[in-house]
Amino acid sequence: MTLQQSRRLQSLLLGTLAWAIAIIIFFPIFWMVLTSFKTEIDAFATPPQLFFTPTLENYLHINERSDYFSFAWNSVVISFSATALCLLIAVPAAYSMAFYETQRTNGTLLWMLSTKMLPPVGVLMPIYLLAKSFGLLDTRIALIVIYTLINLPIVVWMVYTYFKDIPKDILEAARLDGATLAQEMLRVLLPIAKGGLASTVLLSLILCWNEAFWSLNLTSSKAAPLTALIASYSSPEGLFWAKLSAVSTLACAPILIFGWISQKQLVRGLSFGAVK
Amino acid sequence: MNTSTAKAHIDLSHPRRKNRVANPGWFLVSPSVALLLLWMIVPLGMTVYFSMIRYNLLDPGINEFVGLDNFTFFLTDSGFLPGATNTLLLVGSVLLISVVFGVLISALLEASEFLGRGIVRVMLISPFFIMPTVGALIWKNLIFHPVSGILAYIWKLFGAQPVDWLAHYPLLSIIIIVSWQWLPFAILILMTAMQSLDQEQKEAARLDGAGPVAIFWHLTLPHLARPIAVVVMIETIFLLSVFAEIFTTTNGGPGYASTNLAYLIYNQALVQFDVGMASAGGLIAVVIANIAAIILVRMIGKNLTDKA
Repeated sequence: MTLQQSRRLQSLLLGTLAWAIAIIIFFPIFWMVLTSFKTEIDAFATPPQLFFTPTLENYLHINERSDYFSFAWNSVVISFSATALCLLIAVPAAYSMAFYETQRTNGTLLWMLSTKMLPPVGVLMPIYLLAKSFGLLDTRIALIVIYTLINLPIVVWMVYTYFKDIPKDILEAARLDGATLAQEMLRVLLPIAKGGLASTVLLSLILCWNEAFWSLNLTSSKAAPLTALIASYSSPEGLFWAKLSAVSTLACAPILIFGWISQKQLVRGLSFGAVK
Repeated sequence: MNTSTAKAHIDLSHPRRKNRVANPGWFLVSPSVALLLLWMIVPLGMTVYFSMIRYNLLDPGINEFVGLDNFTFFLTDSGFLPGATNTLLLVGSVLLISVVFGVLISALLEASEFLGRGIVRVMLISPFFIMPTVGALIWKNLIFHPVSGILAYIWKLFGAQPVDWLAHYPLLSIIIIVSWQWLPFAILILMTAMQSLDQEQKEAARLDGAGPVAIFWHLTLPHLARPIAVVVMIETIFLLSVFAEIFTTTNGGPGYASTNLAYLIYNQALVQFDVGMASAGGLIAVVIANIAAIILVRMIGKNLTDKA
């Protein structure tokens, strides 16, 4: 066997192994999507059916068991509001730490990171009681405020690492031309950092959309997002596997696509800029 | 490159900074700092206060000071020991699984060019983007179910008796579900880190006669030290507070078999409404998380800001 042949064989074997692992890891998602096109009877059949007559019934009657669209709307409103609010607070902070570094900058950044170490259960009771006394239980506002705060450190870090990569000369030039601080940020900085900010937005949306501690504990029906709707399928009142799968597929699809599109940039945010 | 521009910046900006009304730094950072400070101090202060009084929402009105009684109750509660052990086991095994398999799988992907590598990559990282409640319920109903689950089918295929995973191996099942969510995160980070490895260096090592194992051990692995540290840190933060996966599958049972500290405290707080004891438990969780944090930040905190 020549060297080239053995190389090819090796690459074939490794490729097959990689495909096998990927198929195993992806299988639950594949199976969920498949189940969403089954009837409830097919979904529960033994042995599990790989081939069946597909039906759109679960998607067409998505609102039958619970008002899917109101939950989805809550998810959308909460995720987008929290992300917008978070960016509004984080961008100025990241700007000043990236371009006006002081001796305290490193300490401040690490301290912000350390607030992520506070486990949510440690403050569950006070937040629950505060929300209750302000009449904010089961409201979107409560979740928007909380998501803004829990994502703030990550968003500051991520924007900070993008700003750090921008040559300061460009800002200097704008300043020499007499640009005010607001002009400098809106006209010069934001257009350059557009890509970085877009992936920060995506990361924040993903984190808000999938958050499942506060949403399960602080909402019940009115303001409950999709995570809570899906958790309600865990009750043993009946088997709705096909419906569960359809709801889950719809709830996960947008985030999955966001994730696929921006995997490279997300790494940077998720690793606090340590991996680029 | 970063350091040189930073120096240039200091030289340039000093005279100009005086032209500005003031250094905008303090004023721009303060909203973030103030909010985060508030977010930490107010609830934590309340937790400290609640932890020292008798306070049950089902029995309001009597809020007497009880000192450290709540802590004693929480630490001697029959759920505490299993809760702490399960938390440790869960965090430890998921970390181990995601780091070991994360390194191996991303090395496998980097080792050779093969058909559909891009698709394989996307498939491997997908579970990370699935909602925790969805992931848990899919595993519970479609995979682990003792009658119609896929695993029951495979077991029967080999003539074995299907296993009721969540009833008989609750903690193992939770570990599998949570690993399924977090291994892709490790793959995502490590794969990207590996792509930034200097290919020329690898080629040079290969020409010097180093085998793939030697290259992996002496070149790739040291290059991955930082990304691995990042994976460990971030996963620890999230794994210490695993909640939704337990909430939707086993409810912590049977008994305390799959209860972790987060679930135990939730149970005290919003099922039994014992605010005092839940707060004491919460503080213990905070202390544990901070011990982990101090160790982790010592390990990699400096690294993070150095490069950023």
